[in-house]
Amino acid sequence: MTTENPLTCKELADLVTEYLEGKLSPADQQRFEEHMDMCPPCRIYVDQINQTITLTGALKEDDIPVHIQDALLDAFRAWKRV
Amino acid sequence: MSEAAQPDANRPTGSGAQTDEWAMIAALRNGEEAAFTALVNRYHATMIRLAMIYVSDRSVAEEVAQEAWMGILRSLDNFEGRSSLKTWMFRILTNRAKTRATREGRSIAFSDLWSIDQEPDEPVLEPERFLPSDHAQWPHHWATPPQSWAAVPEERMLSQETRALVQGAINTLPMSQRMVISLRDIAGWTSEEVCNVLNITESNQRVLLHRARAKVRRALERYLNEA
Ligand SMILES: [Zn+2]
Repeated sequence: MTTENPLTCKELADLVTEYLEGKLSPADQQRFEEHMDMCPPCRIYVDQINQTITLTGALKEDDIPVHIQDALLDAFRAWKRV
Repeated sequence: MSEAAQPDANRPTGSGAQTDEWAMIAALRNGEEAAFTALVNRYHATMIRLAMIYVSDRSVAEEVAQEAWMGILRSLDNFEGRSSLKTWMFRILTNRAKTRATREGRSIAFSDLWSIDQEPDEPVLEPERFLPSDHAQWPHHWATPPQSWAAVPEERMLSQETRALVQGAINTLPMSQRMVISLRDIAGWTSEEVCNVLNITESNQRVLLHRARAKVRRALERYLNEA
């Protein structure tokens, strides 16, 4: 059984973050998944958003310079003595 | 009494994150340097990133982050766990950064910084990617559908060049989008943590994240589907 009011591709692209965050209502989630089931380009789109998240997650924060690590550790040792 | 029913001090109760947090706090209060170093490694770079929202340049942001660590140590014995350690630490950081910004004479209305109304309501995909709304058969379906990346070799996907492309795309985002995608997808924060520390609503946070991810995907698409 399919829902009455199917999503367009544009609507799906607009809702992808709400979908991935689990914020769609059950009815909208069903419309979203039914659209994906019948629309290969939208499956590719959602998959690429997921790959984007993975690739972004592979970026690293900068390393902390040793002199700053040392300065902070000195502060910690001083704090411990108080 | 069965083994499973025994209370066990070593067994985590509640969520793993909460248990880790209290173990961390106990270690810090005990003066364990390894615990402090771990905390610094986990959060210092993100502190600088956040401080840069408020202050003029990176060297000032670095000073603010160091001041925040001093503030954290001074207040650690008073931490009651009403918020997560992370949220509490970053509140100290943002308060320092705001104080510093005021002293520098930078009086931005900080609430405006996060208002999505302040941003141009740009479509995250070019309108011509979709068929027109009055199309007879497929209104608002793809006109130019995304091309799969399945054929892109894994070594290209994971290359330094691809990583630099992603970083470059993030760097060109408006500050609020850049901050949200950095905290969510690089630093791995939950939406709740981001909302608490940036003091924005969940729906604002989601809109900023949505725009940021869509633009980074678009940049990847241009790069991966070329030649
Ligand atoms: Zn579709």
